[in-house]
Amino acid sequence: MQLIACPWCGPREELEFSYGGQAHVAYPSDPAALTDEQWARFVFFRDNPKGPFAERWAHSAGCRRWFTAVRDTRTHRFLSVGPLAASGSGATS
Amino acid sequence: MSTASPGTAPGAALPEHPDALWRDAAPKRSYDVVIVGGGGHGLATAHYLAKLGITDVAVVEKGWLAGGNMARNTTLIRSNYLWDESAGIYEHALKLWEGLEEDLGYPILFSQRGVLNLAHTEQDVRDSVRRVEANKLNGIDAEWLDPDEVAKVCPIVNVSDDIRYPVQGATFQPRAGIAKHDYVAWGFARRASDAGVDIIQDCEVTGFVTEGDRVTGVRTTRGDIGCGTVALCAAGHTSVLLDMLGVPAPLQSHPLQALVSELLEPVHPTIVMSNAVHVYVSQAHKGELVMGAGVDTYNGYGQRGAFHIIERQMAAAVELFPVFARAHLLRSWAGVVDVTPDASPIVGRTPYDNVFLNCGWGTGGFKATPGIGWAFADTVAHGRPHPLIAPFGLDRFVTGALVDEHGAAAVAH
Repeated sequence: MQLIACPWCGPREELEFSYGGQAHVAYPSDPAALTDEQWARFVFFRDNPKGPFAERWAHSAGCRRWFTAVRDTRTHRFLSVGPLAASGSGATS
Repeated sequence: MSTASPGTAPGAALPEHPDALWRDAAPKRSYDVVIVGGGGHGLATAHYLAKLGITDVAVVEKGWLAGGNMARNTTLIRSNYLWDESAGIYEHALKLWEGLEEDLGYPILFSQRGVLNLAHTEQDVRDSVRRVEANKLNGIDAEWLDPDEVAKVCPIVNVSDDIRYPVQGATFQPRAGIAKHDYVAWGFARRASDAGVDIIQDCEVTGFVTEGDRVTGVRTTRGDIGCGTVALCAAGHTSVLLDMLGVPAPLQSHPLQALVSELLEPVHPTIVMSNAVHVYVSQAHKGELVMGAGVDTYNGYGQRGAFHIIERQMAAAVELFPVFARAHLLRSWAGVVDVTPDASPIVGRTPYDNVFLNCGWGTGGFKATPGIGWAFADTVAHGRPHPLIAPFGLDRFVTGALVDEHGAAAVAH
């Protein structure tokens, strides 16, 4: 099991965390103006890179706070972690 | 035992290597059809294309034949899905499985030993009974069994009520089964190769040559290959290919783990799946208990997963099957599965006129192998989605006509 460095609690075991998928997916600023295709993109489509991926994690069995991590999906290795605010995402607040 | 005399190389007395079942081809300059992905779906598509008389076909594979998910799945075959659209394609596949040995002229060890999908809660029971009735309406064999009947089908399941999630019953599909996955791949490859299809291994796609809304060539590590039509069968790596084409698709690639025990005497006569406690088990012909669980939650192309997933899966297995407590885990591994928002595949057209897509089978692609190979070959041959796969187009995420099979997929994702 790998250790994930929670920005607030430090390194903890992976099973304390839950995955939140791609980071920086902002809610549409003018939802009423979206076409069906644009809604489909927002609701269903997420990036799926083989390599570094910016994603959200929650320390759900610890401090219960969300943070953003960049992780390499080839090796599953975490490249960096940071608080949500610092990464500019308001998607989960 | 033969003994080698001094000076003879070890192994010199061994028999000749047996004949290969298929030709290990080098790429030609171009083909009518280039299939990307030499797994079960790609090979089956090649086989059924050949049966339609289309043999100027290449199957390009970045690794070795059937070395990805085709080598890593738990070989379960069933068709007891909820919706009519799914029943259509999965039941068509099951019927083809029933005649596949004769069609391929090759043993695949298809054993129709039935599948139990256990229900552990009141909601499980309601959903399961509904699914049984839906299956019957679609002409698919399905029964609802109470716990005593479950114990008759599979005596080693613990149906007592003193476990954490007691078994409240199960759906049973007697025609479900398992097959030897390697033999299936080899059988398809042999037939396709004999018909003239080039199977090109160690040939990774690195890009596409496009002209307007057509793809005219496939760039590979073994040179450019011209193409009339491209058929994508790349499972967990589909997003990598679609990114090269600039085509977005709602796919997320996850590790899916499986494991086997050491060889045991026959103890498990059927297949048991439990969605609620996340484990599914059968016993391979050779004797290993073959088990799988839910996907690892994060995206990953690493072909390995986290140990705590296996730990939970084993805890569930030992509670359901106390007899497994003294079995040893022999090997575990992971494949990369392409999961969709509705747990149904994505098959059909792309924005490119001559590129067809087959992906999104997630955790359940093996069982569909002959069915999708057949329907996808027909799609490629006629340049339009076959009616069996028409409901599974990429456009359903815009129209909202999803085919939600999270319940019947039986693997958490």
